[in-house]
Formats: sequence, C-alpha cells, structure tokens
Amino acid sequence: MLPMTDEETPVPQPAPTPLSDLATETAEVHPAPATSTTVFDVKELSVLYSGFRAVKDVDIKIAKHEITAFIGPSGCGKTTVLRCFNRMNDLIEGAVVEGTLDYHGVNLYGKDVNPVEVRRRIGMVFQKPNPFPKSIFENVAYGPRLAGIKKKGELDGIVEKALRGAAIWDEVKDRLHKSGLGLSGGQQQRLCIARALAVNPEVILMDEPCSALDPIATGRIEDLMEEIKQDYTIIIVTHNMQQAARVSDRCAFFTTEVNSESDLRTGTLVEFDATEKMFSNPSDKRTENYVTGRFG
Amino acid sequence: MTATQDPRPTVDERLVVPTDVRISTIKGARFRRNRIATIGMIAAFVLAAIPLLFVIGNVVVKGLPVVTTKFLVSDIPNDAAANELSGDCETLRKYDPTAECDDDAVVEEAQPGMGPAVVGTLVTTGLAALLAIPLGILAAIYLNEYGKQTRLARFIRFMTDVMTGVPSIVMGIFIYQLWIVKFGNSRSALAAALALACLMLPIVVRSSEEMLKLVPNTLREASAGLGSRTWKTTLKVVLPAALPGLVSGSMLAVARAAGETAPVLFTIGAVYAVRDAATLSGQSTTLSVQIYNMITNGGKLSPQMAWGAAFTLIAIVLILTTIARTVSARFVAR
Repeated sequence: MLPMTDEETPVPQPAPTPLSDLATETAEVHPAPATSTTVFDVKELSVLYSGFRAVKDVDIKIAKHEITAFIGPSGCGKTTVLRCFNRMNDLIEGAVVEGTLDYHGVNLYGKDVNPVEVRRRIGMVFQKPNPFPKSIFENVAYGPRLAGIKKKGELDGIVEKALRGAAIWDEVKDRLHKSGLGLSGGQQQRLCIARALAVNPEVILMDEPCSALDPIATGRIEDLMEEIKQDYTIIIVTHNMQQAARVSDRCAFFTTEVNSESDLRTGTLVEFDATEKMFSNPSDKRTENYVTGRFG
Repeated sequence: MTATQDPRPTVDERLVVPTDVRISTIKGARFRRNRIATIGMIAAFVLAAIPLLFVIGNVVVKGLPVVTTKFLVSDIPNDAAANELSGDCETLRKYDPTAECDDDAVVEEAQPGMGPAVVGTLVTTGLAALLAIPLGILAAIYLNEYGKQTRLARFIRFMTDVMTGVPSIVMGIFIYQLWIVKFGNSRSALAAALALACLMLPIVVRSSEEMLKLVPNTLREASAGLGSRTWKTTLKVVLPAALPGLVSGSMLAVARAAGETAPVLFTIGAVYAVRDAATLSGQSTTLSVQIYNMITNGGKLSPQMAWGAAFTLIAIVLILTTIARTVSARFVAR
C-alpha cells in the first residue's frame, strides 16, 4: 500500500512500553482473572436495525470488578453492543436483538425482564456529557428520587457520596443549586458519572466518555475509573487505544465485515482477551494490524 | 506548449498575496456584489416592517386616546342611546324633510364603552385555552414520545395539518351546527369558546410537537439510563426542557384565538351590559366581534369605539404573552 508501511514495520516497539506497566498492575490487582465471577455472559448476540444486521456473532464474558474495553474502527458496532447491556437499544425504533445476554444467569432479553429494572442496576455514561437542564443537586438526585427516596436528609447524603465518588465534590459543593449546564465539559462528564453512581448500579457502561474532553479531563476520568472499579464493573467503548491499554483489564476488538455482494457492513467481534495479550501478542492478524496502527 | 499566449493569470500568480496588508486581493466586483446584496436585504426588511409599523402606529394613534379606564369597564351604548345617526336632526332632514325630530329632547350623550367585550374576550379566550392547550400538549406528547411513526400517529399528524388549514369560519359553522342547532343549546360564551378551542387545537398540537422534537434525545436516554419510565422521563425531563417553547406556541394560539371574529360571530350572541358578559352559559361578546359590529352599524361613536377595541385587543394579547414568557422563564434552569 503506502510506502509508510515499510518504514513502520520495525516500529511496533513503542507499544510494549506502556504494556509492561499495565502487566504488573494487572498482576497485582487480579492475580487470577479466571476466578473472578462472571457478570455478563453474551452468546451469539446479533443486533438488527430495521432488518439490517448491524452486528453479529458476539460472544463475551464480562468479569466482576474489571474494566472491559471495546475497541475497533468507527461503525463496527461497539456502541451498539454496549447499548444491549442495559437494553438501551429498545429506545431505537426497529432495533431487534438476537442471541442471549445473561446477567447473573438471567437473559436480559427474556420475555419477563423489565428493562426499567435492568437500567437501574446497569448505569450508563454517554459520549457527550448530557446533564439535565436542572441544578447540580437535582441532576444527581434524579435517580434516587425515581427510586422513591424523598427525604431531604437522605438525598443530601446520597448526592454528596455520589459527587465525592465521581471526584467532583470539592469543585461543586458551593454551587449545588446552580445549573449543571454551567460546568465545564470535563466537570459535566464527572457530574454524569456521579448521576450514574447515585443509583448505586452494579455495572457502569461508558460510551466513549472522554471523546469530548481534553487530555487533563480525560486523565481525571481514567483515574476515577481505576478508583471506582473496586465497587463497580465497568464496560467502556473507546476509540483511543492508549486509553484502552491504560485502563482496561480485558479488551474486545470489533471490526467491520463488508459483504461483497450487497456492500452492507456488519460489525463483528474479532478477538476478546486480556488487554496485555491483546496489545502484545494478539492471536488474530486483524487485531495486530489495528493495535499497531496499521489499520483503522 | 508556450504559455505566453494565455492572458489569464496562472494559479500561482493568482495565489500571490501582496506583502502590504492594506492591499486587498479581493476584486472590486466582489465588494460591489456584497454591497448590493446587503442593501437588498435591508430593503426587504424595511419593506416587510412598513405594514406592521403602519398598522400598529395607526391603532395606537387612533385607539389610545379612546381607551380610558372608563372605556374598559362601562357598558356598550345600545341602539337608542345616540350611537345612531338619528340623533342628528339636521342630517336626517336633509334626506327626509318630513322626519319627525324632537330638537328639544335632551338626548343623553352616550359614552363609548367596551366593558362587556373586554370581559367576554377574556372569558371565551381563557376557556378556549383551558380546553385546547392541555389537550393539545397531551396530543403532542403522544405524537412525539409514544406514537412516533406508527400508523395512528401519522394519521393524527396528517389530520392536524388539515385542521390547521381549515378556515376559521368553518369551525364556527361546525360548532353552530353541532352545539346550537343539533343539541339545541343557545348561543353562549361557551359555544364561542368551543369554536375557538377547535381553532386553537391544531396550532397547539403542531407547535408543541415541534418544541418536544427540539429536546435532545440524549436527555431522554440519560433519564432512561437511570431507570426512568417513559412517562416519568416526559414529565420530569422533556416537559421542563421544552417549557418555554410550549408556552410560546400556546400563546401564539391564544393570540390567534383572541383576535378571531368568524367562529365567534354566530356562536356568541350579543350583550351590551358588563354584568351580563361575565357568563359561560349566557350570551356574550368579544372585542373582535365588536370591532366588526362597530364598523358595520355606522353609529356616531362607532369609529372611535372600533379603534379603542382594536387597541385594547392588541394590548391584551401583548400583556398575556409577556406574562406567560416571564412565568416560563422562571422555570428554566440556567
């Protein structure tokens, strides 16, 4: 292809450097990933939009108190798959999910499952910070209020705990009753994380949470993820491979398959493994090309 | 090939930037075109504003002197009491020398008044708003939050569009036929309010739906992501976010209804005393109907009373709109 590829052949060296850090870290925190409990067990998941198969054949096991990253080029269905985990795709007209997505052994797409209950246990942080046009306090108290907590004292406690959990308490404690829209982008995103934490979910889904933020705000969110993974299971979609390498314990690589006859693009899971292995010694050629920057 | 024959400057030549920043590389023709377009746009605006300023100016000049507190609260002078030209003996004798005319009779000079029309306008428009706005906003919520592109929603949307285009007098005929002729009710403020509500409903539905559409989907997703049901998301997130727009849309409908004459004309009846106008089931009158009456009845006081009524009507709509905007602004988090 391009002449650059030849020059780059010896370059893959930079990648292992951050990975060696990550390896030791992973080893400390999770000495035996095999023993960790499975929260989600996804089997042969497919998503169709109005009859068009957007994603197919996804098999993933998500472990408790780990950060799982979904990486891959644009349009490969990472976000679509992520939105299956709390049935957010239900909100999109014409979206149909096939296959099974077991959450502690219960298929989330079973007939008797209430999507509202699913979303209470599995929170979500979106790509663009989307605080409600309400005060900071009301933003965080929204979830607890839905759950029926009405007493001012209780709400105060929950809001403070959530804001502290999202490492934004000190910045906003004097302006709790000002609008959440007055915060900076990074603060807004942490407010959204606080809002998700306030309902005390078991899992937090993050859809490119840092793509609208500057490097400093991104660093803060990444630190925050490291902190809260003691208590929560996190799944993150990211375009930033360094970010995936830095924060995640396991990594899933998606890519797009082009149907040569119909020219339709379908996303599919290529490889799912420990982040360390994905970035140093991936078993699939396509993964290697992607993580070394030769594709996508 | 030799380029010497080509009079046009090459790309490189054209991209040369003069070192002196005071010299423009933009050609004079472009400045001229810009100037012409600017002048054209300003002229178009002025042209559009002229009729508006003329109307408002005329109404203010002719209406303001008439409108006093007394004008707003007193009865409409009725037929005998000098709003007829018959009070003017000289004029009458010119055409009919035998006309009997009691020159000495002390005719009490009538005072202009629009009290019943002011009360009637507020009552009928208020009632119509109470009927149409909640119904319209609920319909818009159905269309935008629940129905979306289902067959029923599309049908309702289409019918609403058709209803928006129906001439207002047809609404009056509809209510007249149904409410007065078929159900045997008498003409009343209620009948007029029903006709106005029919007129307002499609406007409220369509403007509210547009406003709900403007609420970003990310807010709905954020709310759903926290385990909120659709109705709760709508109530707690979507409606507050859309409130200013919903208020403006509704006020537009109210303003339209307050100024309508046709649907009211044969549904409301007539009344001349203020104490009779404050009714729902009885006959009433509105400012717009009175403007029509005044212009057609040719009484002596009629022209100034018509101007006064017009001014009052504009003022009422303006005040209502201002109040609604101020109130809705309070609810918007900043």
